[in-house]
Amino acid sequence: MTEVNRLDGGQINRAKEVSFTFDGHRYKGYEGDTLASALLANGERLMGRSFKYHRPRGVLTAGSEEPNALVELRKGGRQEPNTRATVIELFDGLEAAPQNAWPSLRFDAMAVNDRFSNFLTAGFYYKTFMWPKAFWEKIYEPIIRKAAGLGSISFEEDPDLYDKGFLHCDLLIIGSGPSGLAAALTAGRSGARVILADEDFRMGGRLNSETLALGDQSGADWAAAAIAELADMPNVRLMSRTTIVGAFDHGTYGAVERVQDHVAVPQEGKPRQIFWRIYSRRALLCAGAMERPIAFADNDRPGVMLASAVRSYLNRWAAAPAQEIAIFTNNDDGHRTAADLIAKGVSVPAVIDVRADAPSVAGTELLAGAEVIGTSGRLGLSSVTVRLANGQTRKVNCGALAVSGGWNPNVHLTCHQRGRPQWDADLAAFVPGTDLPVGMSVAGAAMGQLSTAQALSSGACGAATALEAIGITASAIDLPEAEDAPISLKPFWHVSGGKSRAWVDLQNDVTVKDVKLAHQENFVSVEHLKRYTTLGMATDQGKTSNMLGLAVMAELTGKSIPETGTTIFRPPYTPVAMGTLAGRATGKHFHPTRKTPSHRWAEEQGAVFTEVGDWLRAQWFPKAGETHWRQSVDREVLQTRNSVGVCDVTTLGKIDVQGKDAAAFLNKMYANAFAKLPVGKVRYGLMLREDGIAYDDGTAARFAEDHFVVTTTTANAVLVYRNMEFARQCLFPDMDVQLISTTEAWAQFAVAGPNARKLLQKVVDPEFDLSNEGFPFMACGEVTVAGGCRARLFRISFSGELAYEIAVPTRYGDALVRRLMEAGEEFGVVPYGTEALGVMRIEKGHAAGNELNGTTSALNLGMGRMVSKKKDCIGNTLSEREGMNEEDALKLVGFRPVKSDETISAGAHLMNASGAVNAKVDQGYVTSAAYSPVLESSIGIGFLKNGDARKGEIIRAVNPLAGQEIQVEVVSAHFVDPEGERLRA
Amino acid sequence: MHSLKSITALAASSAQVDSFDGLTIQERADCAFASLAARRGEEAQCAAGAQALLGAELPAPGKGVLGEPYSCFWMGADQWMISAGYAAHETLDSEVKEAVGAAGSVTEQSDGWCRFDLEGARLGDVLERLCNVDLLAMQVGDVSRSRLEHMACFIWCLEPGQKVAIYAPRSSAGSLHHGLVEAAHSVL
Repeated sequence: MTEVNRLDGGQINRAKEVSFTFDGHRYKGYEGDTLASALLANGERLMGRSFKYHRPRGVLTAGSEEPNALVELRKGGRQEPNTRATVIELFDGLEAAPQNAWPSLRFDAMAVNDRFSNFLTAGFYYKTFMWPKAFWEKIYEPIIRKAAGLGSISFEEDPDLYDKGFLHCDLLIIGSGPSGLAAALTAGRSGARVILADEDFRMGGRLNSETLALGDQSGADWAAAAIAELADMPNVRLMSRTTIVGAFDHGTYGAVERVQDHVAVPQEGKPRQIFWRIYSRRALLCAGAMERPIAFADNDRPGVMLASAVRSYLNRWAAAPAQEIAIFTNNDDGHRTAADLIAKGVSVPAVIDVRADAPSVAGTELLAGAEVIGTSGRLGLSSVTVRLANGQTRKVNCGALAVSGGWNPNVHLTCHQRGRPQWDADLAAFVPGTDLPVGMSVAGAAMGQLSTAQALSSGACGAATALEAIGITASAIDLPEAEDAPISLKPFWHVSGGKSRAWVDLQNDVTVKDVKLAHQENFVSVEHLKRYTTLGMATDQGKTSNMLGLAVMAELTGKSIPETGTTIFRPPYTPVAMGTLAGRATGKHFHPTRKTPSHRWAEEQGAVFTEVGDWLRAQWFPKAGETHWRQSVDREVLQTRNSVGVCDVTTLGKIDVQGKDAAAFLNKMYANAFAKLPVGKVRYGLMLREDGIAYDDGTAARFAEDHFVVTTTTANAVLVYRNMEFARQCLFPDMDVQLISTTEAWAQFAVAGPNARKLLQKVVDPEFDLSNEGFPFMACGEVTVAGGCRARLFRISFSGELAYEIAVPTRYGDALVRRLMEAGEEFGVVPYGTEALGVMRIEKGHAAGNELNGTTSALNLGMGRMVSKKKDCIGNTLSEREGMNEEDALKLVGFRPVKSDETISAGAHLMNASGAVNAKVDQGYVTSAAYSPVLESSIGIGFLKNGDARKGEIIRAVNPLAGQEIQVEVVSAHFVDPEGERLRA
Repeated sequence: MHSLKSITALAASSAQVDSFDGLTIQERADCAFASLAARRGEEAQCAAGAQALLGAELPAPGKGVLGEPYSCFWMGADQWMISAGYAAHETLDSEVKEAVGAAGSVTEQSDGWCRFDLEGARLGDVLERLCNVDLLAMQVGDVSRSRLEHMACFIWCLEPGQKVAIYAPRSSAGSLHHGLVEAAHSVL
């Protein structure tokens, strides 16, 4: 393809030619081009197909507001749909494909939809797919979803990296047009910390697109000089290719920096995009304004563009959208476009101005008081039909039509905190209101200051005022002389009377007729209009269409535009990829991993790990020849019960509780009493929620009168600590108690089994008496191990065996487990993982997370008597509620299958031996189940109505989902050593 | 001397060092930590005892003091973290407890945390990819609690613009280290 529409000049680097493909065809362009500008230079106006009707579409704008020219960029894992050709920076090897077109862009079979447009109006789905009701989920919705949507993804993993970051500044300036640059120069020279961000890859905003002079320089040259000066300031950070996507609380802004979107393959290890959080003391919005289109019949034909975009392509990118370009305008900007085109040698057949008193234009014909009522051309504009002031029609041949309906200040970010814009009748546009986000002010065209001179002065003044508010003095800077033309505009939104559809929202295919239909069906509120017609709900968020849509609605309802109002503006300002929001937190780095002190050793043993919250815990330790996890787990259980086993229990929460009132405080925290716990002793404790439901259990060890160490379950370590801290600060602020987590500080190992004492005696230094008398069940104390390493020893048991937990400073945990295994060799010591731990606690009938499931009380757990009546504690009052103390309350019991080869499933519901199986006669449920290698049977524990009194009864455990039903005998939950003789041995 | 061999938070026998052009990331396994919390009503006595030990006043919120052998930073309301060299002060908690007596609650924290020191001319460029502390605004000794790699960390300024210490829960040292190195790779 040749660049038939490439002109001289522009701000492209002609020394660097780049090659790219679009729709399978190869083209050339230059560094500095966008995909849209390069395609236009190559004579291509057709860039996509519309969402609903698959109508041919070309480029409308030259910026991020583009609704039409959406492409799929790149291929494979890097393929990205809905990418706006107007902001794609051209690079060598760029591959872009049109979307929403099959089999090709030029011939799209789905364009048949356009023939049925009378049926596919607003509300079509709601009205059509009503019957039969059952069809919606299974048939209609899948079909509609398949047909809907723009673009496709490859389903391959994105190979690129994304990052996030945090920036701080005194003044964030959003937009680098004339107001932004004047603001940045003012603030930068004052020494303030400044961030100047612009979504474009070339800073300067409209200065790069206009031929207007600033002093004796062109706008682009002045901008380049300003940017060069700013780049040399150490206190100024220039962020091009950076879109401020949201204004959040306390002066925080979200920004997406497209670091390497303009290269084919990002540099290894470097991010493609960075999501920045910018913490600003003040922010100045210099985001400019967007030109708005006028709706008229067939105004979506490729070649119909905004006049400002035509000037951008012409002046910045030296690309003419066509050889002959007509103008349709309601203001003087259209005339400026004509002048620029003529100056570049492009033919302008006519300027069609709706104003009867429009000023004349040199070098072309002015059709004052005229309106465009139709367009022609297959796949691109060839002519427009004009209704002249005298009512006659006339055909004007042209390949492009530059449309200007006036300008909308870019108020989006001013509204992200629910601010409402105000109507400016002179501009016929909304301008920022008074309820701006805290710390934000607005300057330039975004404030409705549309001339270059106004933009410069309001930017400079805005920066100085913003800085003054935070105690920074900025001197006035010399501003160049610049254009200061008054606004001359006749509000004009759409041409009435055309035969064909006049398009309002080009991306979602919403027409003036759709808006009228919404009005007819009483969807007159702008929020209803939006949702009923989908106006403004596409990825462009209606930047070029919302205003038009509500103007049409205002006209229909007879209200003014400000009375009609706007919809809510929400972040992000432009689409943000999910990967950008995720940053580096993907895959296994989605959350931090916590490793136990014995992790390295466990890896050496070939342990299989499981995630418990963020922790990685050894689940079991397979040995050679074991082909099934059950073999490993059964072995670990049996060997622990027969001799001794070691398990890393570091993950249990440990909270250091100190203070004169530490014991009284724990009395409040636990349902049972702790005040009289002797020093050197541990006690099991149960914690209740305010509503009396049990939520965690653990132990508290008393090391001194004013010093306890509380343990929690692994899962609730943070919750318990948080609740205790809340209680300390808010419920009992008069108590002298201090808390700090020590979970990480100590490596703790359970040593369990009949030979546990013998093993520990080989590791704990000999001066410490570990005999049953010297260190009885539930004792605790500080000891030393391995010749003087300080350690804590607790005689507690989760397995039901003679057991201890021994803790050393975490750095010695690896060495300790190795020492324990070495010393235990003569006893055949085994390491055991969480599976064996679970089996043994079920065999012993100890409650865990499955039983403390947020619905169970101490009474349900068989610990009703633990809730002390002699003291006040969190939850005890509400635990006495009638409903929680019914006679047939659920009670924790055990179950064994009647047929020993049958398996009890956790989650199974309990039903009486005979009768119906349904929720009405539900007797309870199984919470935990395991195969007990000791009993050589499946076992379970769970909650059964009046369970205490039903031991020996045969009932059914049913799982209707899996079609399972087995008979089980109700037994004690304590399958192993119900009298507790072993653990006291 | 006992016979258990220590390992670092990254489960190695010696501290990890990662060098980049403009930044060094140094794991610190040689620090002892103890937390100090003033007992209710004993704040002044606690502060006096601590000052006698530290040779400086207990720091105000957001602040820390660097000294020899003891350094300290503010950690919460009436709560501080005190550090010293591990080899000479392995039982730092006992030293602090002796200094403050019944006026303070002291807890050993040496192995509750991992510490990485980041130093170099490009520190700011890397730190801004990691957490929301404003390095340029930090004076020597300033400390900030900040989320880093989804973890609550302390960022302690040891040399303005040049050197910080990052404290994170020890069990997540691997994740933190990965995050630090990835950020450095990303920037440098």
